[in-house]
Amino acid sequence: MGETLGAYVKLIGAQGRGQASYRVSFWLDLTGTTILVGADLIAILVIFSRVPLLAGFSLKETIVLFGLAATGFSLADLLVGNIEKIRAYVRLGTLDTVMIRPLSVLGQLLVLDVGFRRVGRVVYGATLLGVALWAAEVHWTPAKLAMLVVAPLAGAAFFCGFFIATSTVAFWWIESGEVANSFTYGGRDFTSYPITIYGGWFRKIFAFALGFAFVAYYPGLFLLGKADPLGAPAWLGWLSPLVSAAVLGLSALIWRFGVRHYRSTGS
Amino acid sequence: MGSVTATADRSTIRNVTELLALIGAIAASGFRRFATYRQATVAAFSTNIMFGFLRTYVLLAVAGGAAVAGYDGSQLLTYVWTGQGLIGVVMLWGWTDLSDRIRTGDIVTDLLRPLHPVVNYLAADAGRAGYAIIFRFFPPILAGALFFDLYLPADTITYPLFAISVLLAVVVCFGCRYLLNAAAYWLLDIRGVNQAWLFLSGLMSGLYFPIRFLPDWAAALLWFGTPGPSFLQAPMDILVERDPLPIRLGMIGIQVLWAVLLLWLCYVVQRRAERKLVIQGG
Repeated sequence: MGETLGAYVKLIGAQGRGQASYRVSFWLDLTGTTILVGADLIAILVIFSRVPLLAGFSLKETIVLFGLAATGFSLADLLVGNIEKIRAYVRLGTLDTVMIRPLSVLGQLLVLDVGFRRVGRVVYGATLLGVALWAAEVHWTPAKLAMLVVAPLAGAAFFCGFFIATSTVAFWWIESGEVANSFTYGGRDFTSYPITIYGGWFRKIFAFALGFAFVAYYPGLFLLGKADPLGAPAWLGWLSPLVSAAVLGLSALIWRFGVRHYRSTGS
Repeated sequence: MGSVTATADRSTIRNVTELLALIGAIAASGFRRFATYRQATVAAFSTNIMFGFLRTYVLLAVAGGAAVAGYDGSQLLTYVWTGQGLIGVVMLWGWTDLSDRIRTGDIVTDLLRPLHPVVNYLAADAGRAGYAIIFRFFPPILAGALFFDLYLPADTITYPLFAISVLLAVVVCFGCRYLLNAAAYWLLDIRGVNQAWLFLSGLMSGLYFPIRFLPDWAAALLWFGTPGPSFLQAPMDILVERDPLPIRLGMIGIQVLWAVLLLWLCYVVQRRAERKLVIQGG
């Protein structure tokens, strides 16, 4: 166990040293990835320059949801975002080399290219969330403070699950391209807005069947002390760690199933 | 075609017929190349459709049953779904052919070809766009039409105008992509440049929200100061008939200006690059 951990630490350390040696590229990447989150924020600001309320939510309230989604997502992206590269590994046959090493496949894939540059986005999301909560003049209670810690972590676990589960598509569908993005990046975009804007069946599938409403919407309502326009009780936000645990557990099962069905492309 | 050496100039093509035949052949190969990526095409348009739903609901919530910035609900719907279809046609993201070849040194073969690299890549891109019109543009439009009440253009002239505008949009976007990729002649690694493009292209082209949502001065700045609106907003606005004919013709005029300017820039940049180029060995 200690030896395995040591191997991972060494792999991550080597990655860090490697990336830091290309200084300009590293800083460009760091600022670039941080600005990218900014693009979505600009879109929200422009939209609210046209309307005071979006489906019953003000700008400040929407940015609280956006900040929750951004923090959870960017944490997950930092931890397991690399898994996206599995498409290339499967196509090029690199996965074969990973499989014959005495470490877990998932663990190795995650440390093969650690995205230190993604740290900027986590800081950005958390700052945005803080500013929005301050601007929204939230009356803090111990329960709300606890939620402020729980929600981003649960959101991160939730998105980790989706990153892992959707990446397994590559085992069966080699040229799957951006399909996984529909649920990871698409899921982040979905949770960045109040779920009240979405139409009936679309909302049912993403918010409830896939559970995206528990990333930002319900925890956000609890933090804001806002009654759900759709009539759900306020405590629903506390279910988000349970939903995340379920998603993470399912994704682990899907991953194991996928790895067992891996067939090398032979290239 | 005579023997080709490293010092060969590009005047080995004898007449216009031969030139056109060559360009046609390259375009056809561009079409065939993308026709072989069938799974990737399905993956790409499925993703476009998913994001189409997200953008649709956000913009419908903004309109809230009324008109916003001169668009009514059904016009916004056509706007969103046309945009989702056009992403693949103009190939907004993910073109690294040129920068990859510069990094690996393969670009040297392109420099030995009898056609100028800009013409060569533009011809191949035209073929790719032809394929994308069929297999990337229509699937999102059909999906949008299936689930929402899209605005159908009333004026017959809108259709040829839209076709011209899309053609120009492909050229303008190609120009942008070529310039971005050409940065690799100096930087080799253009990940940072690509990140900036990813950020800017969606905002300035009208993909995330119609540029008309911005104050007039900002919209004018984008139209005249950046090529963004010329590669998405123009065909989208023309199709939804938001403006009277003269303004729509004006949009096409701006597109023509940008297309010419960008192709000229590509040509200039390519020439400068060839002067300082050191082929990467290996």
